[in-house]
Amino acid sequence: MKVLVPIKRVVDYNVKIRVKPDQTGVDLANVKMSMNPFDEIGVEEAIRLKEKGVVTEIIAVSVGAQEAQETIRTALAMGADRGILVKVEHEVEPLTVAKILAAIAKAEEPQLIILGKQAIDDDCNQTGQMLAQLLGWPQGTFASKVSIEGGKAEVTREVDGGLQTIRLTMPAIVTTDLRLNEPRYASLPNIMKAKKKPIDMKTPADYGVDPSPRLKVLKVSEPPTRKGGVKVKTVQELVDKLKNEAGVI
Amino acid sequence: MSVLLVAEHDNTTLKDATLKTMTAALALGGPVDILVAGQNAKGVAEQASKLAGAAKVLLADDVLYGKQLAENMAVLIVELAGKYNAVLSPASTSGKNFMPRVAAALDVAQISEIVSVDGPDTFTRPIYAGNAMQQVQSPAGAKKVITVRSTTFKATALTGTAPIETIGAGQNPGISEFVKDELSKSERPELASAKIVISGGRGMQSGDNFPMLEKIADRLKAAVGASRAAVDAGFVPNDYQVGQTGKVVAPELYIAVGISGAIQHLAGMKDSKVIVAINKDEEAPIFQVADYGLVADLFKAVPELDEELKKQGY
Ligand SMILES: Cc1cc2nc3c(=O)[nH]c(=O)nc-3n(C[C@H](O)[C@H](O)[C@H](O)COP(=O)(O)OP(=O)(O)OC[C@H]3O[C@@H](n4cnc5c(N)ncnc54)[C@H](O)[C@@H]3O)c2cc1C
Ligand SMILES: Nc1ncnc2c1ncn2[C@@H]1O[C@H](COP(=O)(O)O)[C@@H](O)[C@H]1O
Repeated sequence: MKVLVPIKRVVDYNVKIRVKPDQTGVDLANVKMSMNPFDEIGVEEAIRLKEKGVVTEIIAVSVGAQEAQETIRTALAMGADRGILVKVEHEVEPLTVAKILAAIAKAEEPQLIILGKQAIDDDCNQTGQMLAQLLGWPQGTFASKVSIEGGKAEVTREVDGGLQTIRLTMPAIVTTDLRLNEPRYASLPNIMKAKKKPIDMKTPADYGVDPSPRLKVLKVSEPPTRKGGVKVKTVQELVDKLKNEAGVI
Repeated sequence: MSVLLVAEHDNTTLKDATLKTMTAALALGGPVDILVAGQNAKGVAEQASKLAGAAKVLLADDVLYGKQLAENMAVLIVELAGKYNAVLSPASTSGKNFMPRVAAALDVAQISEIVSVDGPDTFTRPIYAGNAMQQVQSPAGAKKVITVRSTTFKATALTGTAPIETIGAGQNPGISEFVKDELSKSERPELASAKIVISGGRGMQSGDNFPMLEKIADRLKAAVGASRAAVDAGFVPNDYQVGQTGKVVAPELYIAVGISGAIQHLAGMKDSKVIVAINKDEEAPIFQVADYGLVADLFKAVPELDEELKKQGY
């Protein structure tokens, strides 16, 4: 069976971003970009399923600028088989991405699509669920364990109260949580090999999707900052301050 | 603006997050109807009917909603959504699970995790782990599908008497089934609504050391949380994780023990009223947001703290 892994190119999680002074967005000039960490986990999961013999082909898809091709190369170097880059000029909303992915899914007919639970730039946590709805498929979101057996996917999910396990008919959507696996690094030979793997270049129009956003961003501003406080010398002083100064205990 | 608020509950208790999300719903105008979808959840509907300002409570009581599977919930909500201008739910793992399905079915963008209602069409939400705030406007006339970061809204009072209307179940999509729950059991308050939270990080070294924090939690009626590193290392279960991709908390007092203060952790706790950090590295970034910092070895400081609290009658 085929697996689709949608991957987003985002600001690296180690970067402390800066808001543009004119409040139109976040300054992305000369900022280190990487694959969204949850998507690395998605690629890794797909590769492990392939190593187990459950999966035959892994297709990495990114919707983004030309540079997102590098992100696809990273997925190919990890072990994905081929890539699709859907080129867009501007940022796209989760609903747009979901529509493009739905069209790709209809053409490629994967049995499983593994997305990240959340892109760490927009923090939306929507795309996988939207895609599931558009395709009429079930979803196992925030997955910490996935097993495929008897034509069904059993997914253990990280939820507010602990863990929940559900069983899904296939084809199905899975979104990854942090504990699903630890992604591998690509080896140098595999990075070389990845250069020869094919990447299809597409546009939203190829899938009949209008990429214009629905929401209007009025402004992007700095969050309120916290002032650092004081250092206390002893535990006794700490308890005294919490009780008599802050009044919180 | 008519609003449908999807209640968060466990078939027995209406969660505090619903009371807070109600405040955001009322800020949109009204009337606000509350949907309680569950199994044997009549008691929850009764609690919801007390929410001040609620027009009515819709109770869909069916085996289909016992575990609030996203596929089943979405069918029900989409059926009801036609009559409303906006659908809201808390940004819990449950709301995050079904709401985007609703938005996609209605062909609208979802607005995730709002922290304020700035106008009938305008909302603010954090992006980049809360390092930037994005103000967005939804197109005039479009239905709004919104999840709410409940920690930033006050709870609505339980002084109302809204009527309860029983509604039928939606269609059964029949594509997902519940297998099992492994829920953390605790006598302590829930992380999301506790007044005091004490969290441990990688510095705790092992799960065996968490009882140190639990002792203090019991003295202060606090919840226990953790950093991602502590969860990844298996010290504590996943539902302890505070942060960008875990739980967001905003208690009166947050005590971070052996936590460095990575932006992803700060994203989940920097709206706390008072922050205390105990860390042996005086350069640790957590001290930049802490109101009270104690540079100390936690294995010495935490037992001392316990002693001191005990001495003072906590
Ligand atoms: C996609 C993604 C999502 C993430 N989401 C989250 C999230 O939701 N929540 C989260 O917390 N993190 C998250 N992280 C991880 C985050 O980047 C940090 O790695 C993590 O928060 C570090 O945890 P820590 O502070 O416990 O560990 P460390 O950074 O290792 O810090 C341990 C601290 O303990 C101190 N210490 C050690 N021993 C002692 C002692 N004996 N006494 C006193 N102090 C001591 C050290 O000085 C150090 O400051 C995420 C990362 C990624 C990439
Ligand atoms: N532009 C994109 N290209 C490819 N995949 C994406 C894109 N945006 C989002 N995704 C996928 O959807 C997941 C959730 O993103 P979001 O809903 O934006 O938080 C990500 O982890 C990716 O797997």
